Amino acid sequence: MSVNEISGLIVGVIVFLGSVLSLISAIGLVRLPDIYTRSHAATKSATLSVLCILFGLFLFFTVIKGYVSARILLGIVFVFITAPVGGHLISRAAYHSGVSLWESSIQDELNGKKDKHHTSS
Amino acid sequence: MMNILLHISAVIIAVSILIALYRVAKGPSMPDRVIALDMIGINLISLVAVVSLILETTAFFEVMLLLGILAFIGTVAFSKFIEKGVVIERKRD
Repeated sequence: MSVNEISGLIVGVIVFLGSVLSLISAIGLVRLPDIYTRSHAATKSATLSVLCILFGLFLFFTVIKGYVSARILLGIVFVFITAPVGGHLISRAAYHSGVSLWESSIQDELNGKKDKHHTSS
Repeated sequence: MMNILLHISAVIIAVSILIALYRVAKGPSMPDRVIALDMIGINLISLVAVVSLILETTAFFEVMLLLGILAFIGTVAFSKFIEKGVVIERKRD
């Protein structure tokens, strides 16, 4: 096997791993009981899957095509920074708009402290 | 071998977009739908990346960056709307 075939195989395996992580994230989005666990599943593993796939893309164009793309690196950094922030914001909005936790949850640290920290309303 | 893996990956990503679409349709509360739409946006980035790997072209890189930025801005705007009722607040005077 030549170098190109081996690196192509590595790129294929990395992309396949990323897509399997995306499927796991989607299954978590359907199976988990309340919105906070669902946001946990959707944010973390979807971010990791898109990072894997973009890294595979970067590896393909760097090693095989000899074309180093700064746009993919910028995309990796941007997704890695913004996806957890988006998940945090939407979970915070869900808590402040009164979406209830799963009935088997045993701890709610923010309960009763909502008005003290939520000064905007 | 790599092409087979890439096609399987594209199918798997499409299936996970469909599952997230089910959550968009069913989700009991509004933030559920927003989270599912955010995840659909993230998966669209990976689908565009896989398609650009299959076609071996560099023409879609801006599309991936743009989808990331638009998904983030949409999620932030929706969460601000759910939390405060407005997206852009008026200045107090």
